[in-house]
Amino acid sequence: MSTTPHDGPTGTSPESSRENDLPAAMERPRADAPAVHPGDTMADPLADPGLPAHQPRPTDVDPRLERRAERQVATLFGLSSVFAVLFVISYFVFNIGPKPTIIAGYGAANIALGVCLGMAFLLIGVGAIQWARKLMSDVEMVEMRHPAASSDEDREAAISSVMAGIDDSGIARRPLIRNSLLGALGTAALAPLIVLRDLGPVPGDKLAHTVWKKGMRLTNDVAGTPIKPEDMEIGQLVNGEPAIFYAKKADGEPVIEGTELNQAKAKAAIIIVRMRPEDITPAKDREDWGVAGILCFSKICTHVGCPISLWEQQTHHLLCPCHQSTFDLGDNGKVIFGPAGRSLPQLPITVDSEGYLVAQSDFTEPVGPSYWERG
Amino acid sequence: MRLLSARLSAKRRSPIAGLLVVLLGLLAVGGAYTLISPASADTQQADQSTVQEGHRLFLVGCSTCHGDNGQGVVTKRGTQYGPALAGVGAAAVDFQVGTGRMPMARPGAQAQKKKVLYSPSEISALAAYVASLAPGPSVPAKESYDTSNVKNSSVVRGGEFFRTNCTACHNFAGAGGALSRGKYAPALDNVSNKHIYEALVTGPQQMPVFSDEVLKPNEKRDIIAYINSVRDQPNYGGSSLGSLGPVPEGLANWVVGIGALVAIAVWIASHSVRAKKGAKA
Repeated sequence: MSTTPHDGPTGTSPESSRENDLPAAMERPRADAPAVHPGDTMADPLADPGLPAHQPRPTDVDPRLERRAERQVATLFGLSSVFAVLFVISYFVFNIGPKPTIIAGYGAANIALGVCLGMAFLLIGVGAIQWARKLMSDVEMVEMRHPAASSDEDREAAISSVMAGIDDSGIARRPLIRNSLLGALGTAALAPLIVLRDLGPVPGDKLAHTVWKKGMRLTNDVAGTPIKPEDMEIGQLVNGEPAIFYAKKADGEPVIEGTELNQAKAKAAIIIVRMRPEDITPAKDREDWGVAGILCFSKICTHVGCPISLWEQQTHHLLCPCHQSTFDLGDNGKVIFGPAGRSLPQLPITVDSEGYLVAQSDFTEPVGPSYWERG
Repeated sequence: MRLLSARLSAKRRSPIAGLLVVLLGLLAVGGAYTLISPASADTQQADQSTVQEGHRLFLVGCSTCHGDNGQGVVTKRGTQYGPALAGVGAAAVDFQVGTGRMPMARPGAQAQKKKVLYSPSEISALAAYVASLAPGPSVPAKESYDTSNVKNSSVVRGGEFFRTNCTACHNFAGAGGALSRGKYAPALDNVSNKHIYEALVTGPQQMPVFSDEVLKPNEKRDIIAYINSVRDQPNYGGSSLGSLGPVPEGLANWVVGIGALVAIAVWIASHSVRAKKGAKA
């Protein structure tokens, strides 16, 4: 191709060797060619210094050093096999599972396997590089650039064959066929479009509602314990869920389970906090949303929906661990810091006839982050 | 009383039977009283002297901030210098003084864990004094935080409670985390079972309270068992880098991992030594 390796050191006769290297396409210098054209010494104000004289490596001239480098490379490859063998040994020696081998507080199997395999590969690489640097052929080579485009003849031939194809098909002369073909292709595009419907039903107003409804009890998450106001002390935080997640049907199966449960949980999670009543400044329509200083808020941050429960009981601030949005629960869940755009939704609560905390209704606004239709 | 029982019995049994029953009853009550009362009088006295001892210690070590009688001290700006202690209970004292947080070295965002300055008997005296101010959570009994007999399934359940209630502030592995304005949730390694239980019940500083009525005592014990199991877990995959999550792990990868790759690349591309007096081949 366009590359001609040097037969000997380039420093001896750079002029002649460059002439020999020129590819066929560059043999005719053009008048408007840039001054860097290697062959055009007349247009070049700075003489091309050529390549520096080749300096052989110590291993090229000293057979003792050459043998030493050879031994180095062989040692690196040998060490690599040693590590590979150690990998196999540690696979059988170190226990995993219920009674793993522990050395100095670390799981021996993982670390030994990882280190041995890593060293085995690394040493092959290091040996190969050392081999190339010290022993492999060290002569400089020049590879000339060549134009990326095909030759003019090739391009003309390609274009004429395409035109011949169009003429043969007669598509320009037969508009009926052309138009019906375009119509068929367009209609065929309906097929992939229609299956997009399988991505799921349209969400509808699901984002605006949760499973909370009037009279549903507030329970402690995980255990499902219903909560009475007197169970909570000033400064208490309860990570809660609606009682329906722990309700069982007549046959003992949970009322909500599986994917449906996870989806409902993602929206309905709450935190219940108790503050001194004098520390709370309820908004005008929220005076009766709490019970004796106990307030209930959505646990889902209004920024991007992280669960939040970093509650500082003395400042009444609720922090989101993801982006540091901070809500003041004494002030209707108002955003006082961070990127959240909306106050934390509050769940109006009261007590039922048995004295347990229950919801007055569903959340009065959508919980979680803003979305398109909400504006 | 005697007349009544005598009259009722008279119809069926001898009149002496009723008299005997009453006499026996009186004897039993009197005997029981003599057995019990001196002991309780003794503990009462001991309690009283402990409370007095506690108050004496309190006046020396705590009253500057909390007031001579634990009523709290209000600053000129109207904020609390030291809060009032009525109702915080013995558990709060045992936690705050027992972990060295109190007495505070200086005012600040948060009292820090440091060397414990009081002996166990002094701490219980202080606790007895503060508990005498108003009823509050008492120091938990050993069986409520003893995790030696906890089953594996309970540890799993404790993990669920931990992830729901604790990880937000204390990190998924209990390594602690930052709060606002210099406050922080401390790491949970090196915290005794008793102190974890007391912190849950009393809610020290910014930590919320988790009362026994909502988070049951056995659920608290499961949480403690889970924390212990995480603490005792060996590092299967090498250094955990403090279990602080993606930031230190990413930093280590970028600095150590990519740094090593850069060093290798530099070594590969570096000029190898050339023989100065090389013969032209």
